Amino acid sequence: MIADSAILDAFFEECEDLLSALTDGLSDMREGQTDSETVNAVFRAVHSIKGAAGAFSMDELVSFAHTFETVLDALRSDKLEPEENLLRVLQRAGDILADLVDHARNDTPAERDKVDPVLAELQGFLGDEAEEEEFVFEALTLDFGSVETLQSYRISFRPGPEFYATGNDPLLVLRALSELGPLEVNCDTSDLPETLDTFTATDGYLTWTAELHDQTSDLALREIFEFIEDLCALEIVALEQPEPDALAAFDPPAIDLSAMPEPGAAADAPVITDAPVEVAPPDPPKQSRKSTKASATLRVDPDRVDRLINAVGELIINQSVISQRIEEAGLPSSSDLLADLDDYKLLAREIQEGVMAIRAQPVKPLFQRMLRIAREAADATGKSVELVTEGETTEVDKIVVERLADPLTHMIRNAIDHGIETPEKRAEAGKEATGILRLRASQSSGSIVIQIIDDGAGLNRDRIHKIAIEKGLVSAQDTLSETEIDHLLFAPGFSTAAEVTNLSGRGVGMDVVKTAITELGGKIAISSITGQGTTFSITLPLSLAVMDGMVIGVNDQTMVVPIANILETIRPKADDLSKIGQKTDLLRIRGEYVPIVDLADRLGGVSEGKPLSQRVLLLIHNDSVVQYALAVDHIFDQRQVVLKSMVGNYGAIPGISGATILGDGKIALIVDPAFNFDAHLHPVTNSHVEDRQFVNQD
Amino acid sequence: MSTKTEVEREAKTEYIAFVAGGQSFCVHIKKIREIRSWTPTTILPFAEPHVLGVINLRGAVIPIIDLAAKLGFSKIKPTERHVIIIVAIDQRVTGLLVESVSEILSIQDGLVKDAPKSAEDDTSRAVDGIIPRETDMIKIVNLNALLATPDTKVANL
Repeated sequence: MIADSAILDAFFEECEDLLSALTDGLSDMREGQTDSETVNAVFRAVHSIKGAAGAFSMDELVSFAHTFETVLDALRSDKLEPEENLLRVLQRAGDILADLVDHARNDTPAERDKVDPVLAELQGFLGDEAEEEEFVFEALTLDFGSVETLQSYRISFRPGPEFYATGNDPLLVLRALSELGPLEVNCDTSDLPETLDTFTATDGYLTWTAELHDQTSDLALREIFEFIEDLCALEIVALEQPEPDALAAFDPPAIDLSAMPEPGAAADAPVITDAPVEVAPPDPPKQSRKSTKASATLRVDPDRVDRLINAVGELIINQSVISQRIEEAGLPSSSDLLADLDDYKLLAREIQEGVMAIRAQPVKPLFQRMLRIAREAADATGKSVELVTEGETTEVDKIVVERLADPLTHMIRNAIDHGIETPEKRAEAGKEATGILRLRASQSSGSIVIQIIDDGAGLNRDRIHKIAIEKGLVSAQDTLSETEIDHLLFAPGFSTAAEVTNLSGRGVGMDVVKTAITELGGKIAISSITGQGTTFSITLPLSLAVMDGMVIGVNDQTMVVPIANILETIRPKADDLSKIGQKTDLLRIRGEYVPIVDLADRLGGVSEGKPLSQRVLLLIHNDSVVQYALAVDHIFDQRQVVLKSMVGNYGAIPGISGATILGDGKIALIVDPAFNFDAHLHPVTNSHVEDRQFVNQD
Repeated sequence: MSTKTEVEREAKTEYIAFVAGGQSFCVHIKKIREIRSWTPTTILPFAEPHVLGVINLRGAVIPIIDLAAKLGFSKIKPTERHVIIIVAIDQRVTGLLVESVSEILSIQDGLVKDAPKSAEDDTSRAVDGIIPRETDMIKIVNLNALLATPDTKVANL
C-alpha cells in the first residue's frame, strides 16, 4: 500500500461517506423505493469505492466491489428484478464491503469465510455471462455493463478554469479516451477571444467534441471524467444506432451471441435516458465525492475543535474570576459595570454553546451501525427481528456518539438474544413472528434520551433475583421491589458466565454499560413488563463541558452539586427532623419522610458534627421524585462551572463525577448525587477508606 | 553535571535524578514536563494512601502521588521545600511528590545495568534499571509500571 498516510486517510474518510450513502440507499430499496435514482446512487457509491481502492491496490476490496457493482449495474438496467432475495443479498454485500474497507484500513486480511458466501450469492445473480465477459475488454474497468452491443458516444468536453488550476491536462483526457476505442476528436476554438487583451490565460475557451466508438457501455468512459466532472462542462450522449460495420469489423470476443439481448431499443433506452440525467452534477445530498466541489458540510480536524473548546472553557472561568473580583470590589448594584458583566456572561455562554454545537453530530451513523448489529444478531440467534430507528437526526456530542457504540451494541445483542422470543414462542404468545426493536433518540429539557425498546418477553425477574442471591449481591431475606430487581442487572459482578451465548455474555455485563454511561455524565434506567417487553432508557447531558452547579461548603471543602439534581434547598426546622433506627436521619417534607445523607460522611470523612438543624439540606431528586436530602454546611452560590476532565489521570472516584476550577483557582470536586444514594441503600464496603479527617491540607 | 569518560561515542540518555524516601531515583528526562514546588492539594475521597489529591496546573486537574509512599516507603509530610515532578505518560499527566531533585544525568546506555529481579514488591517492579556510581546507586523508575491504575475499566464489550 502507498505509504502516504494522508491520502489514505482521505480515502477512508470518503469511504465512510460512501458507505453511509450506500446503507441509506439499500435501506430505501429494501422499503420498496427501487427507482433508478436510488439504485444509481447505490451503484455510484460502490463504484467510487472500487475506483479509489484500485488506486491503492486493495485487491480484495476491488474484486468484491467489482462483482457487487456488476450486480447493481444489472439491477439498474432492469436486467434483474428488485425482489426480496436480491435486496437481502445486496444488504449483506454492503456489510461485507464495509468489513473489507475496515480490513484494508487495519491492513488485516479479509475473512474469506464471511466474504466468499456472499460473493457466491452475488455471482449467482449474474449467471454464466459474468465469467465469459471478463476476458473481453481492455477498458479501464472490467465492464459487463448494461449494453452488450457496441455503442458510440459523443462527448462534448469544455474545461473550465478550475480544471486547469488543478493541474489537469486535456491532452491526457483525450489520450485516455483514445485508449478505449476508435476516437475522432474535434476542437472548437470559436470561443477564443480575438485579441490578447481580453484573453485570460487561466480561463478555458476550448471545447472538444469527440466521438468514441465500439464501447459496450459508458462505464469506462465515465471513469475518465470521474474526478474532473465538476471542473468542466461535460456532455456524454450515446449515439443512436451502433454502426453495423463496427460490429462486423470488431474481433468477435468469446461472447455467446445468442445470449445477448437485442441491440436497439431495449438496451439503448436505459443508456440514453440515463446519459442526460448523469450530465447534471451527481446527487448532491448524499455524496461529497469531489474535494473541489463546495459541500454542505465542512471537514474539521477534531483536535482544533477541542482546542477551541478548551479556550472557551478558560474564557468562562476567567469571566467567573472577574465577576468575583468585581463583587469583592463592592460596587453599588445599579452600576453599569454589573450590567455589562451580565452581557459578558451571556456572550461567553453563547460562544460556548456555538462551539459545542460544532462537535454535535447526528446519531444516524451510530444507529446505522446498530442496524447491522441487529441483523447479524438476528441471524446468529435464528430470531426474526426488525430494528426500527427513530430520531436519527438528534444531535449529540461527538464523544458521546463514539462512547455509546459499545454499550448500545451490547444492549441490542442482549435484547435480541434474551429479550425477543423465537418466532414459535411469539406465535404462542399471540405476537407477530417478527419482533420489533426500537432504537429511539430524542431531546428533552437539556438532556438527550436514548431508548432501546423491545416487545419481547420482558425481564425474567425470578431468574435475576436468584442469580443475585447466588452471587451474594443480595441476601435471600431481602424483599426487593420489581424495579430494584431490574436494577440488579447493573450490579458489578452480576454478569453470568452461564449466560454465554454466541453473542452476548463474554463475561462482561450491564455493569460495564452502566459505567460507560456514567462516565458520560448520564444515567440509565430499566423498565420491563413481563410478557410485553423491556425498555432501557439512557439519559445523557447535552453539554459535556459546562454545567450549572451549586457551590457548597462541607467541612472547609468547597464542592459542587449539579443543579439538575437539586429540587429544593431547605434549612430544616428541628420539628421536621427525626430518626429511624440508629443511624438514619429523616426529614419530613410536605408530609413525606425522606432520608438524610450526610455528604461529609458519605465521602469518607468525618463530619464536624454540627447538628442537622444548623445545616442546609439539598433535596436531591430523580425525575421530580425526591430521593434523599443531602446535608451540607453552607451554600455559596449558584454558578455555571466548566467541567474539567480527570481523563486517564485517575480511576473512577466513588461519589465524584468530576472536578472544576473555581474563580479563585481552587479545585472543587463535583458530587455525583446518584452514587451517594446507592451507597446509602447498599453500603459499599470500600477497603480503601481510611477513617481520616476530610479536611483541606491548607 | 556528572560526566563519564567519553571515549566511544555511544548513545547517551538523559535522566533527572531525585531523592524520595531517602533513596536516589531518576526518570527519563523526556517524560518530565516540569518541576514545581509543593502546593496544597484538594483531597480526593476514597483515594489510596499514596494519592495526595489534585492540583490545578494552569487549568488542568492533575493528581499528585507521593512517590515514596507508592514505592512502599513511609509517607512524606509535604512542605514548601518539597518538590513536585510533573510527568506525562501518553496523555496522562501526573505529579510525583519527592523530597528533592538532585541533578541532570547524562549516561551512556551501556552503563545502565538491569535491575535485579528479586522480590515482587512495588519497588522492584517499578525499577527499570540501575545506574551505579561511586557512592550511590540510582534506580531508574519505570513510570508506566508505577502508575498503572489497578482499576482501569474494561470498556470493550
